[in-house]
Amino acid sequence: MTKAYPNDHAPEKDGDKRYWLDNMRNVYKLFWALVVLCGLLLFSDAFYKKHVVFEFEHWFGFFGLFGFFVSFALVLTARELRKILMRGEDYYDR
Amino acid sequence: MIAEFPPGLLLIGGAVLVPFLRGNLRSAYTLLLPLLGILQLTAFEPGSFGSMATFGFEQTHVRIDKLSLLFGYIFYIAAVLGVLFAWHNDDPFEKSTALVYVGAAIGATFAGDLITLFFYWELAAIAAVFLIWAARTDRSFHAGFRCLLIYMVSGVLLLSGAALHANATGSVAFNNIGLESPGGVFILLAFGIKCAFPLLHNWLQDGYPEASVTGTVFLSAFTTKLAVYALARGFAGTEVLIWIGVAMTAFPIFYAVIENDLRRVLAYSLNNQLGFMVAGVGIGSTLAINGAVSHAFAHIIYKALLFMTMGAVLFRTGTAKGSELGGLYKTMPWTTGFCIVGGASISAFPLFSGFVTKSMILTAVAEEGYVIPFLVLLFASAGVFHHSGIKIPFFAFFAHDSGKRPKEAPFNMLLAMGLAAFLCIAIGVYPEPLYALLPFPVDYAPYTTSHVVTTLQLLVFSGLAFATLQRTGLYPPELRSTVLDFDFSYRWLAPRIIGWIMAAGGRAWTAMTRGVLLLLRRLIGRIFRTHGPHGILSRTWPTGSMALWGAALLALSLLFYY
Repeated sequence: MTKAYPNDHAPEKDGDKRYWLDNMRNVYKLFWALVVLCGLLLFSDAFYKKHVVFEFEHWFGFFGLFGFFVSFALVLTARELRKILMRGEDYYDR
Repeated sequence: MIAEFPPGLLLIGGAVLVPFLRGNLRSAYTLLLPLLGILQLTAFEPGSFGSMATFGFEQTHVRIDKLSLLFGYIFYIAAVLGVLFAWHNDDPFEKSTALVYVGAAIGATFAGDLITLFFYWELAAIAAVFLIWAARTDRSFHAGFRCLLIYMVSGVLLLSGAALHANATGSVAFNNIGLESPGGVFILLAFGIKCAFPLLHNWLQDGYPEASVTGTVFLSAFTTKLAVYALARGFAGTEVLIWIGVAMTAFPIFYAVIENDLRRVLAYSLNNQLGFMVAGVGIGSTLAINGAVSHAFAHIIYKALLFMTMGAVLFRTGTAKGSELGGLYKTMPWTTGFCIVGGASISAFPLFSGFVTKSMILTAVAEEGYVIPFLVLLFASAGVFHHSGIKIPFFAFFAHDSGKRPKEAPFNMLLAMGLAAFLCIAIGVYPEPLYALLPFPVDYAPYTTSHVVTTLQLLVFSGLAFATLQRTGLYPPELRSTVLDFDFSYRWLAPRIIGWIMAAGGRAWTAMTRGVLLLLRRLIGRIFRTHGPHGILSRTWPTGSMALWGAALLALSLLFYY
């Protein structure tokens, strides 16, 4: 038994409207903008003095590279965990 | 006069009138009560009132200090947001239950002793369960029952701990308890269940996503943060909490990546955020406690905001599953924007609320020299951006176009989300008013070049990892699924073990009864042989032969006498 929710749909008038993000080329542009931003942030490490506690925090680009690799590892580990932990949607209801 | 009234009772008593009102009047009334509550708090002076003696112990119904006031304010603010978001929902049951729930949490916050705390603790637990049931679905019914059982364990532990503590110390006052104190372990576990410690956490991910669109917004704010408050009050500086907190930040994020129900993803990220607060409480320095409680303050707002945006999506489309959603930004632009603000706040982007609060905890952990906890918290910070800051808005509003074109959320929902989003940004941009409310004087500046740049590096690179994984197709797609968590042990394993024991017991019983019956049958057969119609002992003998035997015996005895 699932509860009914108001399933109101807006008129289809914008059904044909193309949004900026519908164009994959624009999505790629965003991706490359992100890459450029990362590059800028990485090299900004050369231009200020870090006020941090541990030695490893002083390493050039530590926070950026740490963020990138742990996120990558997180997703790939979670993906593997699916093989052990994923069951059908009605697993507990059967 | 208003200053001497227990703050929780204002809402609990006020809930009685809710069923007698209708429509907008009812909603306005439920909004008025928390507003009055805020007004009352502004009139409070540090101190206590409502003292009485029960069972020979001195109780303090209301204790006012900076810590309880901070949580009082944020609980009322969360109530205002929740009530606005639920304005359209004219369900008297949910509305009055929500008021009792908020009132109980506030009552517990101001409780000066363990008995009063227990009373409100239990009331909040029962109200929370009713709030889950208010969704009136089969799933919510069962999830509510599971929550109820777990909450009751917490209550029993709290009461047992309080009894041991009172017996040993002669006082029930609720101040720093610590693990060494008698009953301390019980009380810590009671708080830990409500704070969703690892392995005690599953009621949260199980129950909250099953509540109604509006119910979850209330639930997200109170139970767990009340537990954080209780930990900060009773167990500040307990080292084991650092490690518990660190574990809490790390392991829910793996689940958040693969979970499909976006409200459940938010429940996992709630768990992760609680970990930061618990670790801060464990450190126990003034900076860490300030960090933990201010993070709770900011967290209540942005988490409510995120649950509101997913609630609005559920309300309009009938689903909150990532696999069914996508492309909603086209028709729900405001909700999309508010969701991104919530995501930026939970991810601790500069200029958003999480940045000015979470960083205090991280700095405190580093300053105390805890290397591994620091690295895990950093990992969890990148992870939370990954699943709450990116995954939630991305799969709901962008990603592949689901073809769904729902209307924008109703005005009252937009208003509540807008107010919450405003608060997220306001706290991030101008944290001083929040800092002034904290229990200890704040000597901390969040906006230093070093801190802003390192945070941006961590987050933007984490975003790049997401984008790369998406582009290369390595990112696991959203799939309709159930992900097994620790609740597997009591929803699948325990019923089967109990079933096996019952079946084995049944077989043993059958075998035993069969054996006993066989023995009985043999016994009866043997008795039948001797005592049956043809048995030697049941033969009828003539009276004469008895007399003859009697005479023979008498003759024999006569013979022996002589």
